[in-house]
Amino acid sequence: MQASEHLIEIRDLSFRRGDRVIFDGADFDIPRGRITAIMGPSGTGKTTLLKIIGGQVKPDAGQVYVEGQDICSMNRDELFAFRRNLGMMFQSSALFTDLSVYENVAFPMRVHTNLSEELIRDLVMMKLNAVGLRGARDLAPSQLSGGMARRVALARAIALDPDLIMYDEPFTGQDPIAMGVLVGLIKELNSALNITSLLVSHDIHETVSIADQIFVIADGKVIGAGTPEELRAAPTPMVRQFMHGEPDGPVPFHYPADDIEFDVLGEAG
Amino acid sequence: MVGLVRLLGIRFLTWLNSLGRATVLWANAMWWLPRWEGVRLIVTQIYYVGFLSLVIIVLSAFSIGAVLALQFYTQLARFGAEDAVGVGLALVVLRELGPVVTALLFAGRAGSALTAEIGLMKTTEQLSSMEMMGVDPLKRIIAPRIWAGLISVPILTAIFNTVAIYGGVVVGVNWLGADPGGFWSGMQEGVEIYEDLVKGMIKSAVFALLVTWVAVFQGYDAPPTAEGMSLATTRTVVISSVLILATDFLMTLVFYGDF
Amino acid sequence: MRMRTIEISVGGFVLAGIIALVFLAVQVSGVNTSQVQDSYAVIARFDDVAGLRARAKVSMAGVTIGRVRSIDVDMQWGDAIVTMDILGEPGNLTTDTSAKILTEGILGARYIGLSPGADEETLADGDEIVETQGALVLENLIGDFLTNIGKS
Repeated sequence: MQASEHLIEIRDLSFRRGDRVIFDGADFDIPRGRITAIMGPSGTGKTTLLKIIGGQVKPDAGQVYVEGQDICSMNRDELFAFRRNLGMMFQSSALFTDLSVYENVAFPMRVHTNLSEELIRDLVMMKLNAVGLRGARDLAPSQLSGGMARRVALARAIALDPDLIMYDEPFTGQDPIAMGVLVGLIKELNSALNITSLLVSHDIHETVSIADQIFVIADGKVIGAGTPEELRAAPTPMVRQFMHGEPDGPVPFHYPADDIEFDVLGEAG
Repeated sequence: MVGLVRLLGIRFLTWLNSLGRATVLWANAMWWLPRWEGVRLIVTQIYYVGFLSLVIIVLSAFSIGAVLALQFYTQLARFGAEDAVGVGLALVVLRELGPVVTALLFAGRAGSALTAEIGLMKTTEQLSSMEMMGVDPLKRIIAPRIWAGLISVPILTAIFNTVAIYGGVVVGVNWLGADPGGFWSGMQEGVEIYEDLVKGMIKSAVFALLVTWVAVFQGYDAPPTAEGMSLATTRTVVISSVLILATDFLMTLVFYGDF
Repeated sequence: MRMRTIEISVGGFVLAGIIALVFLAVQVSGVNTSQVQDSYAVIARFDDVAGLRARAKVSMAGVTIGRVRSIDVDMQWGDAIVTMDILGEPGNLTTDTSAKILTEGILGARYIGLSPGADEETLADGDEIVETQGALVLENLIGDFLTNIGKS
């Protein structure tokens, strides 16, 4: 096993949900210590990819190596042990509604470590301070705004200083200020903690501004990979359409349908 | 005709599939006995599931006991058998009404709340995020709730029985004037600890298992949408009520039926 | 702080459940000291026990002195064998004691009434009360009554 420069290597990934093909022989290499973004139109299985890496969803075929270990061949206990090195921020923040902000951040420490109460307190304060919410520690999740909830979720995700942190649509539904804060935080945490960040998003502007490496996926395959600059100049029409946000192109504006004349004017027409 | 058979077949398979998933859920959650950490979680859940159901249980028990005493008294007094009020009340409460009504109220009060709570946790990805943190939600969320139900329902049933009999005493003895000596001795003579009390408690333990199982599974298996959740809470109450009444009949048949 | 309230409430809840169970066992089911007291068994044969149940009381002069333990049927003789537990040491019932199945009120529970005899000897554990009178069954009485009217 070589100490490769890639933290995650995914080979020949195939996954289908019912009749729908989500992945069809996709390969990804996620570099260590960088911010990598997976982009693509809605419904292309970006979130599914994160769940596969986290071992929550088993792929139909292919291998997923994290630190050289194959996720797919792990049993339940190994998986739960593996996930301790993993932080994930969900789109809905997924804070535990019956716990305060403080307890939410303390939760992973309490279940996975035997640290003393004072030490946990210090650590929680540091994590909350990093996201600028030390003052909100006694609030309940229901009292937080969407942006604040995501920052708490971020603090919780880094509670155990994971090697890998995954962000599921971190920018969706945020106001511009919260979005700017999150962009700054993700970048800052990545360099300060020297962790690998993997984010899934379709907000091009924000993603491009922080990602070192981008994968564009469509139709179950990786259709473009490289730095933001490389992708902007990519020759593939589909990648161009996505990167520039054009409404029509290889991804058609119209859902497949009969000729409009047929529908509007009826058979007689 | 073929269509109908086909439909029934599909229905049956869907149902079988749900039953299978529910069993897997239950087995996974209950496989390990709770450790110290788990006891704390169970205590918290007993508070929400059991302690907070006390008010409705006590109120219902008192009025049911009072009504039974009133009915028994007015009927039995015509034959001069007022002394039988105590036995009649105690037997009906211990054998049937105590376990059944407690379980029904529990399903409505705590079962639906369990379903809604777990469904909401699923909808807001709390279960998923817990799993991603390396914590098994089956053990952390589901198991303590099942244990809490299993512990709470028999306790609630015992309290129900006591309060119902007390309600009967208030109405039958204190108000209508049945002879307290005859009331109590008739009761003690007619009621047997194993036949009546213990078998009633066994019933309530079985009901507890059914209600918590249904409630937890419905929440865990609900589609993560607002519509799916409201459907799931309704289902919890309907399915557990039907199950309670059906198994009550079966158990009564086994316990008291003369074969 | 919050956890404390919960723990105290749950503690009270469980305690209430235990108290309720004890109340149900002692006060309602009548599990009392009679279990602990010494008792001995005597049997009696009746031609008809008509609704007598196990745990029915056995009384003498209106005072409960024991309980019915079990009721079996003797297929050979076609009568019922009732085993009773009598409180106390053997020696308080004479051998010519008679047993009757009686009813509390018109529709009340059946019980066994014992009447003392005058013999010197007393019943030992497992002995049989010979002189018995079965339950009065209303249907039989009416039947007899009608037959007698028909005769006269």
